Amino acid sequence: MKIAVAIKQVPLRESPLRVNAAGTWIEEDNLGFEINEPDAYALEEALQLREKHGGEVIVISAGPARVSQTLREALAKGADRGIHVDIATLDTLRVANVLAEALRAESPDLILTGLQSDDLGYGQTGVILAELLGLPGSTIIMQVEIKPGKVRVKRELEDGWFQHIEMPLPAVLTIQSGLNKLRYATLMGIKKAKTKEIKLITLDGAAEGPQASAVIEKLYAPGKNQQGQIFDGDPKAAAAKLVEKLRFEARVL
Amino acid sequence: MSVLAIVEQRMAGEVFAAAQEFGSPVSAFSIDHPYTADAYTAAAEELIRKVNPTLVVFGHTYQTRDYAPKLAARFGRVLISDVIAGKPPVFVRQMFQGKFNADVRLAGDGPHFVSIQAGAWRAGSVPVETFSPSSATSRQVPEAPFREAARAVDLTAADIIVSVGRGIKEKENLPVVEALARALGAELAASRPICDAGWLPMDRQVGSSGQTVAPKVYFAVGISGAIQHLVGMKGAKTVVAINKDPNAPIFEVAHYGIIGDLFEVVPALVEEIKKTKSIPPP
Repeated sequence: MKIAVAIKQVPLRESPLRVNAAGTWIEEDNLGFEINEPDAYALEEALQLREKHGGEVIVISAGPARVSQTLREALAKGADRGIHVDIATLDTLRVANVLAEALRAESPDLILTGLQSDDLGYGQTGVILAELLGLPGSTIIMQVEIKPGKVRVKRELEDGWFQHIEMPLPAVLTIQSGLNKLRYATLMGIKKAKTKEIKLITLDGAAEGPQASAVIEKLYAPGKNQQGQIFDGDPKAAAAKLVEKLRFEARVL
Repeated sequence: MSVLAIVEQRMAGEVFAAAQEFGSPVSAFSIDHPYTADAYTAAAEELIRKVNPTLVVFGHTYQTRDYAPKLAARFGRVLISDVIAGKPPVFVRQMFQGKFNADVRLAGDGPHFVSIQAGAWRAGSVPVETFSPSSATSRQVPEAPFREAARAVDLTAADIIVSVGRGIKEKENLPVVEALARALGAELAASRPICDAGWLPMDRQVGSSGQTVAPKVYFAVGISGAIQHLVGMKGAKTVVAINKDPNAPIFEVAHYGIIGDLFEVVPALVEEIKKTKSIPPP
């Protein structure tokens, strides 16, 4: 089967982030980037499904030139080939539009992506892809079972509840983090990845789809917590101070 | 601005209260049909075309996440998901796992689509009408919801919880926080990544997909405080955060906190707590 995995490149988890001069996004200069963590689980699930059922895993990402590095890392983990849609926009619907356009040409049997991104966090790209491609979909998936012409999934609900859902293939699933164990790229994988294909798709502005219906006007640090008493400095002194507060002020110890 | 609230049982009161703040007239409907993504997308589309609202409001539930983005895309819009404040035309939502807030402005004509975060608006009563879709075909075939084996650990009954997150770095470091839990007589809990990694069992997970707890004291150790975790522990009477990142969102909900390396702070804390154990409580 042919499985496509939509992956997003986001800042390294531990990066110190600053707002840019325009105050509308983060300052991206001098930042390191990596695969969005939920997408890493989607990729792992695709690789495991390929091991079980055979076929091909295609990774696709929309973004500026630097995303080719993240695609290359996915190839090193075992994906067969990559597609890079070169686009600068952050708008979820536009990104989904260009991804859908590229995926339509591939007609995969299954499309996977992470349930949300660590940067915007809208949690929508996969769901919108299903709509744009006219495919059935399901979200926050904990288990994927391929049956002839169908897929049966375990979907997470709130408060520890789950539900199995079956739908025809092709389908689009958004994958929950933690459903599998992520693999590392092997040296051999890294070597092989160098010769694997990453197809570059460039677009003119008109091909990016409709105007954004929501625009980030301002990005800012959340208002500082006024009530909290936060200590720093020498750990021993801070610990003593905290215990005193918990004992005599909060009266909880 | 006319507002349509599409409600389910979960968060209905909050969604209606938010809708009233967002504009008028407000109508509120629940969809009278078993849930599937296809069925609800079709039903909500029919409802929106009938009511013709400028703004559609949902609760940011797992169900909403499953179909509302699809519905919005059908109208050429992006769902502004999980908003914590604001009203038309500007809503506030968290980005970068709560490290930043963003003001997001609606652009172009309605209908626009917004889902609100659980706990962000105070719930009121809801005069809800039910909407029966004229047809509801679905490619998804759902089975009955189920729970995995009964939880071995009931964190909801705990007075004190010591909860550990990514900051612990490795499974081998867990004894650091276990010592704190022991000193406090507390239950040990964790954020999702720790349970995903199998370092602690799933039934010790606090958050939207784990348990919702409200202890007297909640120690968040090496937990940055992504919203998925916060919704599970916001009800704690006293929140204590220990984190090396002064900008970690957990400090926004903390009553007390220490900025520092947990591997230095926690053992120091254990020593201090042991000292007080020999002194009678105030």
